Amino acid sequence: MHTKWYVQFFKYLLLAFFTFIFAYPIFLMITSSLKSNVDIFTNPLSLPSSFNLDNYFEVWEVVNFSSYIWNSVIVSAASVFIVLFVSSMAGYYLARYQFKWNSYLLLFFMIGLMLPMKLAVIPLYMIMMKLGLLDTLFSLIFIYVAGGIPFAVFLFYGFFRTVPKALEDSARLDGCNDFQIYYKIVLPLMKPAISIVGIVNLINVWNDFFYPLIFIRTDSLSTIPLGMLTLFGEYDTQWNLLFAGLTLSSLPMIIAFLFASRQFMESLTEGAVK
Amino acid sequence: MEKRQRKLKIKKHLVHLFLLPAVLLYGIFQLYPLITAALNSLYSFNGFDREKFIGFKNFVTLFTEKPYNEFFFNAISHNWIYFFVTVITQLIVSLILALIIHSKIKGKEFFKSVFFLPKLLSVIVIGFLFSLILNPTRGALNNLLEGIGLEALTRPWLGSMDTALFSIIFVDSWASIGFSMLIFLAGLQAIDNEIFEAARIDGANTFTVITRITLPMLAPALMVMSVLVFIGSFETFEYVFAMQGSSGGPYYSTDVLTTFFYRLAFGTVDGGQAIGLGSAVAVVLFIIIGIATCIILFFFKKKDFER
Repeated sequence: MHTKWYVQFFKYLLLAFFTFIFAYPIFLMITSSLKSNVDIFTNPLSLPSSFNLDNYFEVWEVVNFSSYIWNSVIVSAASVFIVLFVSSMAGYYLARYQFKWNSYLLLFFMIGLMLPMKLAVIPLYMIMMKLGLLDTLFSLIFIYVAGGIPFAVFLFYGFFRTVPKALEDSARLDGCNDFQIYYKIVLPLMKPAISIVGIVNLINVWNDFFYPLIFIRTDSLSTIPLGMLTLFGEYDTQWNLLFAGLTLSSLPMIIAFLFASRQFMESLTEGAVK
Repeated sequence: MEKRQRKLKIKKHLVHLFLLPAVLLYGIFQLYPLITAALNSLYSFNGFDREKFIGFKNFVTLFTEKPYNEFFFNAISHNWIYFFVTVITQLIVSLILALIIHSKIKGKEFFKSVFFLPKLLSVIVIGFLFSLILNPTRGALNNLLEGIGLEALTRPWLGSMDTALFSIIFVDSWASIGFSMLIFLAGLQAIDNEIFEAARIDGANTFTVITRITLPMLAPALMVMSVLVFIGSFETFEYVFAMQGSSGGPYYSTDVLTTFFYRLAFGTVDGGQAIGLGSAVAVVLFIIIGIATCIILFFFKKKDFER
């Protein structure tokens, strides 16, 4: 097919313009994190004159950065794992066993897809108070798991229905029980669903700011996003530290994205359309 | 024999264990709080404790009594502006980008990844980053404008009531355009190429192809994206909180329903906690967002129920 050269030129011009718009703020964040505070103040747009990691060491010292990262890792890993485990079982149950209450159960889970959970934060706060979980990482894990379940159950339910039942029947004849069938036969076929649910939940949990803001009071229990609030509250004039903190907190996701950009993009779009 | 049968029966019931953890976790930590939040709107509160049942009085106060009604209508009007501006800019830009990337160009994967990257950052990181970039004196944007001779355009982006809300909307769009572009790309890839071939053989030009074939075929994706943007515009909290604080400054010019809700629930400004009123705001948002989600589910979850 023949395309006129000026049309192509115009397309690349637009793409270059938007590449600048999307990449420059991130580029600026990273380059500024290598500059001194004075340098940022006098030449905000210049490139760093030398490769200097001092800001990173300093920000690591002045706030509890290692705790923030550790807490984020714990909360994300636990939440994603529990959501995957619990929802895949529920999705399997709904897709495989024909009980008369199944359609009500789907409706039950659907309510959670429909309503913004953020607004239920006051009752959640009171539940956590009664359970003695305020200001603990458990409060966050429970909330993220509960919040992730409806979407995950629907996705697994959709996927399990595509697995032919004959496969399970033959496994049953070979003497597998229900849990073994689920664990050994069906789950391995579910890799695409697992990666979608895993990635969608990982990004949500890792980046969430709202629930730590409400439930975490102790600085050493903060996750990375809440830690940013502490940093910006205490060092608001030292922009070198602010940029270094922002870069440090974005780096894990950016690196993960560089290695698996296709999986990330596919999972998030699939997750939205499914 | 009977013993064996009973054992089988117990074994059969064990299957419900598959369901139990999900139902319990979701029920206790999501559904129950949601229902309680809705019921709370019918009570008056003393701190965190219910005082007495007062029917719809919280709603009456919210809609008619100063200063609450002023806050409420001010905030909800910002949510609507947020929606209209975002849906127009975000959908147009991401559709154009999707069309370009779908056409014959090199480096598709590179451009897709660059445009999508902001979506992976925490909204609070993005909000804080742009509060630095949009800073009136030290920020990169004003310095950049000065550098290229556009001093006339420099302004306190987040500090002026005229530009603050639009600046926040811009930041939100910056973070979300890559994602909607991917949704449109998925929609474009699903269109059968033969249709385009046939149109070209019939002599249709690019403009006709886009308006007569591409856009109508993308209608479901456009619909979904509009509803997602709508939900996002009414749920928005972090960007406002990061760039303007919980009172949606300057002078409440960026206050939205969620920040208003946050102040009522956790009593940071204007006269302490008012959980009943906060819950009434939550119910209004439940209704608005619930309707929007019903539309989207009607389109896309219908197939799940067709057994």
